[in-house]
Amino acid sequence: MSAVLDDKTRNKALINEVLEVYPEKAAKKRAKHLNVYEEGKPDCGVKSNIKSLPGVMTIRGCAYAGSKGVVWGPIKDMVHVSHGPVGCGQYSWATRRNYYNGTTGVDAFGAMQITSDFQEKDIVFGGDKKLDKLVDEITQVFPLAKGISVQSECPIGLIGDDIEAVSKKKSKEVNLPMVPVRCEGFRGVSQSLGHHIANDAIRDWVFDKADYEKPFESTPYDVVLMADYNIGGDAWSSRILLEEMGLRVIGQGTGDATLKEIEMMPRAKLLLLHCYRSMNYIARHVEEKYGVPWFEYNLFGPTKIAESLRGIAAFFDDTIKEKAEQVIAKYTALSQAVIDKYKPRLAGKKVMLYVGGLRPRHVVGAYEDLGMEVVGTGYEFGHGDDYQRTTHYVKDGTLIYDDVSSFELEKFAEKIRPDLMASGVKEKYIFQKMGIPFRQMHSWDYSGPYHGFDGFAIFARDMDMAINSPVWGMTKAPWKK
Amino acid sequence: MPQSAEKVLDHAELFKEPEYQEIFERKKGFEGGCGAAKVQEIADWTKTMEYREINFKREALVINPAKACQPLGAVLCASGFEGTLPYVHGSQGCVAYFRSHFNRHFKEPCSAVSDSMTEDAAVFGGLNNMVDGLANAHALYKPKMIAVSTTCMAEVIGDDLDAFIKTAKQKGSVPEDFRVPFAHTPSFVGSHVTGYDNMLKGFLTSFWDGKTRSETAAPAINLNGGFDGYCVANNRELKRMMKEMGVEATIISDPSEVFDTPADGEFRMYAGGTTADQMEAALHAKGTVFMQGISAAKSADYVAKAGQKTVSLNCPVGVTGTDAFLMAVSELTGQPIPASLELERGRLVDAIADSQAHLHGKRFALFGDPDMLLGLTAFLLELGAEPVHILCSNATKEWTAKINALLAASPFGKDAKAWPGKDLWHLRSLLATEPVDFLIGSSHGKYLERDIGTPLIRIGFPIFDRHHHHRFPIWGYQGGLNVLVKILDKIFDTLDAKTSDSASFDLVR
Repeated sequence: MSAVLDDKTRNKALINEVLEVYPEKAAKKRAKHLNVYEEGKPDCGVKSNIKSLPGVMTIRGCAYAGSKGVVWGPIKDMVHVSHGPVGCGQYSWATRRNYYNGTTGVDAFGAMQITSDFQEKDIVFGGDKKLDKLVDEITQVFPLAKGISVQSECPIGLIGDDIEAVSKKKSKEVNLPMVPVRCEGFRGVSQSLGHHIANDAIRDWVFDKADYEKPFESTPYDVVLMADYNIGGDAWSSRILLEEMGLRVIGQGTGDATLKEIEMMPRAKLLLLHCYRSMNYIARHVEEKYGVPWFEYNLFGPTKIAESLRGIAAFFDDTIKEKAEQVIAKYTALSQAVIDKYKPRLAGKKVMLYVGGLRPRHVVGAYEDLGMEVVGTGYEFGHGDDYQRTTHYVKDGTLIYDDVSSFELEKFAEKIRPDLMASGVKEKYIFQKMGIPFRQMHSWDYSGPYHGFDGFAIFARDMDMAINSPVWGMTKAPWKK
Repeated sequence: MPQSAEKVLDHAELFKEPEYQEIFERKKGFEGGCGAAKVQEIADWTKTMEYREINFKREALVINPAKACQPLGAVLCASGFEGTLPYVHGSQGCVAYFRSHFNRHFKEPCSAVSDSMTEDAAVFGGLNNMVDGLANAHALYKPKMIAVSTTCMAEVIGDDLDAFIKTAKQKGSVPEDFRVPFAHTPSFVGSHVTGYDNMLKGFLTSFWDGKTRSETAAPAINLNGGFDGYCVANNRELKRMMKEMGVEATIISDPSEVFDTPADGEFRMYAGGTTADQMEAALHAKGTVFMQGISAAKSADYVAKAGQKTVSLNCPVGVTGTDAFLMAVSELTGQPIPASLELERGRLVDAIADSQAHLHGKRFALFGDPDMLLGLTAFLLELGAEPVHILCSNATKEWTAKINALLAASPFGKDAKAWPGKDLWHLRSLLATEPVDFLIGSSHGKYLERDIGTPLIRIGFPIFDRHHHHRFPIWGYQGGLNVLVKILDKIFDTLDAKTSDSASFDLVR
């Protein structure tokens, strides 16, 4: 039997093994989310974007996490109110590393937890009056805030507060954009719906209210870099390449973004979409309404970076195309030096991925540039179109797991024994106990950036330090070996 | 091109390079900002007394509070029982947050499930989620107990845990005799310490209700640590001290093992923890000592009603706090305090005497949970230091009374003020207008350190940006020594930094 057939047989057996432990009803449901990818198929053969099983340790978050934590939260010059009880804002306080320049608490409000801190009386009598008053207080203590968003927590929708009415009224009163976002955590099946709701709020409360009649000196090379959240500075290490290839980045969204930059999307000649899952909705809207095309790019690893820069340049004239080639050429020496240094230490190593957004597919190329192989991947909150796009990245026989439970992921890892598990903080310490090297691929383990050529050097170094750390040689006591 | 394979620059250095500084400048042209001068003007103004007055008038807006919500505490409490799976009835995002919060603090796995309630549950209630959820959790994770708490979603729609768990058992989700302690933990009441207290009472009720107490059975006493970010080390320290005293003690809720498992090739989802047998026997103990009494008020009340003596301490940090703890244990058990512990006491006093000149009159601001603030304030007073601002976002009336009494009893507390119910943005104004030498609190204090320049000594929860602090106790005489060294290290580091360009840069301090 060939190695691929071996893997396929093993992976199928693994899936059956984990399903056997579930109660019958649950096993039937989970079976649809686990599969072995078969080359040539149009998707990965798994169902997705379906409610997680109760009582099963899902790694997913909620709609609030999708809106506040991902889309709205990183817009730095607005005050994002976690509207409801204290917890949600507290746990999402500065934990996602959306880097920004600015003076926190003065003209930037990113690494802050701003909440209406609901008490029992607010649940009983409603929180609209509190919200009304809170807006006045925001304008007093944060006079440079450029807008306010209301990130609804679970109780808001349940008690029937009319945050839209309050927002309309107060927006006029205080002369600031105020955006109500119905991202209560119980909506939908994961953070994914929160992204969608947040995108719709940008459409309804930013674009529909902005004045696009105002003169704007555009150039043929105007782009908006969007759906990059600037984890450890990713958007910056991407932006540097776009500017070098002659494009003018007129807006960044939503990492290190300002409200004004978000408003720029309809003004661009091209929208550059990094995390397709989180912002394809607004990109499609801008395309439909304003005729601005969008392009999903991938700046992980030199192969995909070159492919993406060429793909972006194809929207523009020969000047940009030539410059794109120059940029690729300029960084070839760096990428080659990185590969020469790290590939010998990493070649042949097997990686299992389990992340959100775009990373379950986008980072595959970067690992391959280093001679590594991705043997399993899956999305926390992907949809069917994500799994279609994944087919371009993965090999025949790859294990695919949608909304994987911690139970399943541990079992898979026990049997496959990857050389690296790349997932989130909730998984990190589990796999390290198992003696499996780990990198957090939500936060880059507090390193980064990982995007762009500069980021690739850091990515390679980090994978090397994770896999080749001396610590993994010490997990078994010598007298036990 | 700043980056190279030989010397890889990550974010800490990369973005200081001129190439990046230039893109930041260009980007400003599109940001619609108000300019550096205006930002500076407002930044300066936010540090004035005028701003402080506006800031303190806030009634609805809460900025950077030092508290979390109830179910977080319930998850910590439940994690301290053997083979117990914390189960949160409600929306799933909360559990993702609780797990990552503990991951980031302990640098350890945290296992907890939710029953993933969504829109349909919001309309029809979460009973079906509970029925399926208990069955799935039981089948997959094979716990000995499942401890159920709630999120605000379940509380707002009014789900009845007692009835739901009974129904789930009738439907065969878990065996009839499977133990499912529970607590309602609405996020819009109290804070994480309230949730801890409620869950603890849930466990006590589950094991003790309807049982008759007889004082003949061992063990002698029970101890409970409360919501404690140092539970790993503190509980071990408690056990060690009890061993020295020859006292058989049960720690009720002991997460010291589950949040400190080895890296030896095996992931242990459950490790250590108070056993069911220990819980049953604990009813018959002579008494229970609550190390953080204000935060365990309901549980203490329940234990007292069960017929036990109770002692409620306030996070005993330092000499007098530990003295009071040991004397309480001695009184409850009749066991004398041994010479070995007296020796430890003497060593802590000796350490304080050696260092007191550097502590005397130093001014501190503190923030954190109610009991911890009482413990730390008492310690600072006995060091001859001066606590000046003591800020507690999740204060109770009892806390305010106790802290004021504590301050009034010491000449070093005469300039101090307690700030119940305030947040870290209030504290920013206090630090800017009435400066102190040092700040004590959780990692969230690092923004205050940056804004105002007050050096931060990290004691509290959560500690996200430093590693392994929770592996060292803060209770007992040994714990007092750890806290003392943490404070002194910051004092000396600050002094060295301040004197690095002068003759006062001394080798010996």
